[in-house]
Amino acid sequence: MITYEWLYWLAGTFFAVWALLSLKDGRYGNAAFWGLLSVSFFAGSHLSDFANGVLVLALVAIAGTGRLSRSAPETTSQTEREEYSVRLGNRLFIPALIVPVTAVAGTLLYNYTPLSATGLFEARRETLILFGIGVVIALIAAMIWLRAPLAAPAEEGRRLLDSIGWAAILPQMLAALGAVFALAGVGEIIGRFAGGAIPEGSIFLTVVVFALGMALFTMIMGNAFAAFPVMAAAIGIPLLVEGYGGDPAVIGAVGMLAGFCGTLLTPMAANFNIVPAALLELKDQNAVIRQQIGTAIPLWVCNVIIIYVGAFLLWN
Amino acid sequence: MNYWPLLGIALVVIGFALRFNPLLVVVGAAVTTGLLAGLDIVAVIEALGKAFNDNRYISVTWIILPVIGLLERHGLQQRARAVIESVRGATMGKLLTIYLGFRQITAALGMKDIGGHPQAVRPLVAPMAEAAAEKSHGDLSEDDRQKVLAMSAATDNVGLFFGEDIFFAIASILLIQGVFESYGYPLTPLELSVWAIPTAICAFFIHSWRIRALDRRLGRVRT
Repeated sequence: MITYEWLYWLAGTFFAVWALLSLKDGRYGNAAFWGLLSVSFFAGSHLSDFANGVLVLALVAIAGTGRLSRSAPETTSQTEREEYSVRLGNRLFIPALIVPVTAVAGTLLYNYTPLSATGLFEARRETLILFGIGVVIALIAAMIWLRAPLAAPAEEGRRLLDSIGWAAILPQMLAALGAVFALAGVGEIIGRFAGGAIPEGSIFLTVVVFALGMALFTMIMGNAFAAFPVMAAAIGIPLLVEGYGGDPAVIGAVGMLAGFCGTLLTPMAANFNIVPAALLELKDQNAVIRQQIGTAIPLWVCNVIIIYVGAFLLWN
Repeated sequence: MNYWPLLGIALVVIGFALRFNPLLVVVGAAVTTGLLAGLDIVAVIEALGKAFNDNRYISVTWIILPVIGLLERHGLQQRARAVIESVRGATMGKLLTIYLGFRQITAALGMKDIGGHPQAVRPLVAPMAEAAAEKSHGDLSEDDRQKVLAMSAATDNVGLFFGEDIFFAIASILLIQGVFESYGYPLTPLELSVWAIPTAICAFFIHSWRIRALDRRLGRVRT
């Protein structure tokens, strides 16, 4: 059976190559950072929790003291790229499409045919594993077709990775922060505060507090998944469903979407908001969030109205 | 009740606002929160290490970078721009609106891995949007160019967030179902996912209006 562990070996290999190339390039901070990440992928499952924790602290120490730098491996010039673009034409899109097509078509094929009975992939892990397979296929296909030097994909990958820098592990680090918050009982405290902020007797204002709590707590935690169980337990279920007799399906579904509006507004949702700013080499780390404010706020208002109308006016 | 762990949240907010390195902020907040909740330092480091290790799958996705980099070396971004330049009447407004709808519909059908920032936005959508904006408005100032790129990324996010919940077999829907079931309200995923449709429609109209507003603003500044 193919498990996540296989993917971790693949990723560990990639990061090890990037670490070695950084070392050759004289960028020791980068080499140490990507090297440690490679160790995490290869050995993480066999290290103690404490050793993994020390590894995390070491990663943070390297990034926090500004030891990561952008690299500039040799690449093609703008003019050469224009020529390639004309010569290779729209076929250039094909290798880029191999990855999503393998992941999506592969998942559908696996789940809706007898293939799933073979137990080839670890349960519920097939999409990401197929993504990894898609990457390998696309890489081999592109290398054969373009006849690029063997070092080209590694060096081009390193350039992109170094332009992302520490932001590359921020999402993973935030997930770890969420786990510590949960252990410290932060969710229960927030739920108690939100529960205490409810005005008596007004359905509409209770809906507003519920949706606002979802959005704000999502902004703090960086994702709506952490906020939902807390707000549902504090307000959604005891007050809106049981107290005022609202439709649980609307309150649950649209309450979650009110949280998604918060995701658009927070640097804590690094995957969606901070990483793309780095990938697009934007000057302002919050540039993507700035473009999302004008959508998130009116959309949040729509969600309040949908809950109020759908769960109460139409339901009763 | 011990309210001190909330100080960790305050640290996150302050740290981000003062532009400290986010990794330092996050780990500082985690350690502070854990200690204030009465855990000892070894337990906090263990919790951090275990959670980081359990979430390694999040960072696996970077293995796509060599594919994107290799194709960019051979003119992928230039090709994406050339396609837009050859389409008559292509504007940034139309292009991003079409991408928004495409992203919402494919996510609603469960194909949320089509699109995404490293795979689609950087190599394809952002250069296409930039080319379309330049086609209608001439060369862009650096500020405007950055706005167009940021709007491309924002459009991917909005499309994904407000499309994916229409697909019933997605993690957030299953989470809602699980929470309500544990309080004695059994709901089916389909009952929940149909209620994602009104918000999806609102998201499409609000965000596509904003895309067009940006496109119009780029035009006004120039003339």
